[in-house]
Amino acid sequence: MKVVVNVSLKEGVLDPQGKAVHHALGSLGFDEVNGVRIGKRIVLDVDGEDKEKIKERVKTMCEELLANTVIEDYFIEVE
Amino acid sequence: MRAAVVVFPGTNCEFDTKYALEKISFDVEMVWHKEESLSENIDLVVLPGGFSYGDYLRSGAISKFSPVMKAVGEYAENGGYVLGICNGFQILLESHLLPGAMMKNKNVHFISKYHGLKVVSNENRFLSKTKVGDILRIPIAHGEGNYYIDEEGLKRLYDNDQVLLTYCDENGEELNPNGSVDSIAGICNEKKNVFGLMPHPERAVESILGSEDGIKMLEGFLG
Repeated sequence: MKVVVNVSLKEGVLDPQGKAVHHALGSLGFDEVNGVRIGKRIVLDVDGEDKEKIKERVKTMCEELLANTVIEDYFIEVE
Repeated sequence: MRAAVVVFPGTNCEFDTKYALEKISFDVEMVWHKEESLSENIDLVVLPGGFSYGDYLRSGAISKFSPVMKAVGEYAENGGYVLGICNGFQILLESHLLPGAMMKNKNVHFISKYHGLKVVSNENRFLSKTKVGDILRIPIAHGEGNYYIDEEGLKRLYDNDQVLLTYCDENGEELNPNGSVDSIAGICNEKKNVFGLMPHPERAVESILGSEDGIKMLEGFLG
């Protein structure tokens, strides 16, 4: 099964990359952009049928490795 | 005195670190990250700088699962002295041996240059040969040295005297190169036996290279 994990910096944590990209978009004339946050998209190919069980396992993966919960939030989508 | 310098795939400061420690009379052994234990009678473990595991996922994120890190954790738990320099600091943060996390530098650039450091606390083994307020000249070389800790954690650091070094200019005025909270460059744990800093003291041990201030720092571990 395909599982997508989106990892992003927590709200309130300044995102240096997002800020730089926001600035660059402004220089290109895209004044309508109010903010940019950059994250990571991790796609896992996982064995199993039980979506709840898979989600639970992937949550543990996030806590132990895929995200640094001091500064990052994660969101899991089982497809 | 014996020091162990841990080498991960992608570490690149291990020989500079060995050179610096030998210069101040340490016997140094290199320890490959696959080792599951440390030699007996080790007085200091150093996690040197570099790009362990290519900084994949996050700096230091993969290295914390290397077999040797379990031994390093136990060594620290038993009161042994551990020093993480640059990538070594990032590994200690990822391993939760030190509090907080590292983010990309505020200007998103890799910064490599000499920088001023101010000693905030010397009530610890590492900086015991320096004085509070001393200004040291030490090279920094990092892309992810933007230290982050939440307000509560920061308060705990100050309450326990765990903030060791901050970035400053040559006159000691605050100068923040990377966006770190309160310009923090180095911290220790609550027990004051695990130390981490982004600057490279091992690169400042010869006057011909611009500074010998690194000796003053590392010598603290001689006791």
